[in-house]
Amino acid sequence: MANNKEIRFLNPPTADVKRKKYCRFQKSGIKYIDYKDPDFLLKLVNEQGKLLPRRLTGTSLKYQRKVAQAVKRARHIALMPYVADLMK
Amino acid sequence: MEKRYETVFILTPVLSDDQAKEAAKKFKKTLTDLGAKIINEENWGLRKLAYPIQKKTTGFYHLLEFSGESITLVSELEIAFKRDERVLRFLTVALDKHAIAYSEKRRGKVSEAKTKKKEAANA
Repeated sequence: MANNKEIRFLNPPTADVKRKKYCRFQKSGIKYIDYKDPDFLLKLVNEQGKLLPRRLTGTSLKYQRKVAQAVKRARHIALMPYVADLMK
Repeated sequence: MEKRYETVFILTPVLSDDQAKEAAKKFKKTLTDLGAKIINEENWGLRKLAYPIQKKTTGFYHLLEFSGESITLVSELEIAFKRDERVLRFLTVALDKHAIAYSEKRRGKVSEAKTKKKEAANA
């Protein structure tokens, strides 16, 4: 009965454009993640100070290990908190 | 083979500026006595800690970059840190080739900023 062409949408259907995730370290050629730079490491943790998973950041495994190492070192020398509420 | 290391340590805020500098100098001396070469040193001054350590919320941060061949170099340095009550926290890491490249770049930036400051002061 209803032809496909007659279907009208109130809002134009937006096709889900899935943006491909990429590893920010490989893309920008960062070889070493500095534990002495808490402002940069802040991008890689959530507001509780926990490490963000790879499925959210897109970081490759090789660099995720380095990120984890750097954040843990930063915590040890009190540049980043072990536990926090609303650090951002 | 010679290896590169970097150590960051935090001194108690109870000390005065001069006392903190003196303590840092002492550790530098222990390193040179052990046969290490000091490559870079940085004084970050009094910084706020992300969480209290020994009920202190601030501390004097110092960074030393050095190289040495002795196997016991790092362990002896860390014994010196543990024996000193003025040290709240310390961290020593070995630097790989990427880390060395990074620290060299960083040193260049720091010295550049310093010369710029001097130029600004002169002008």
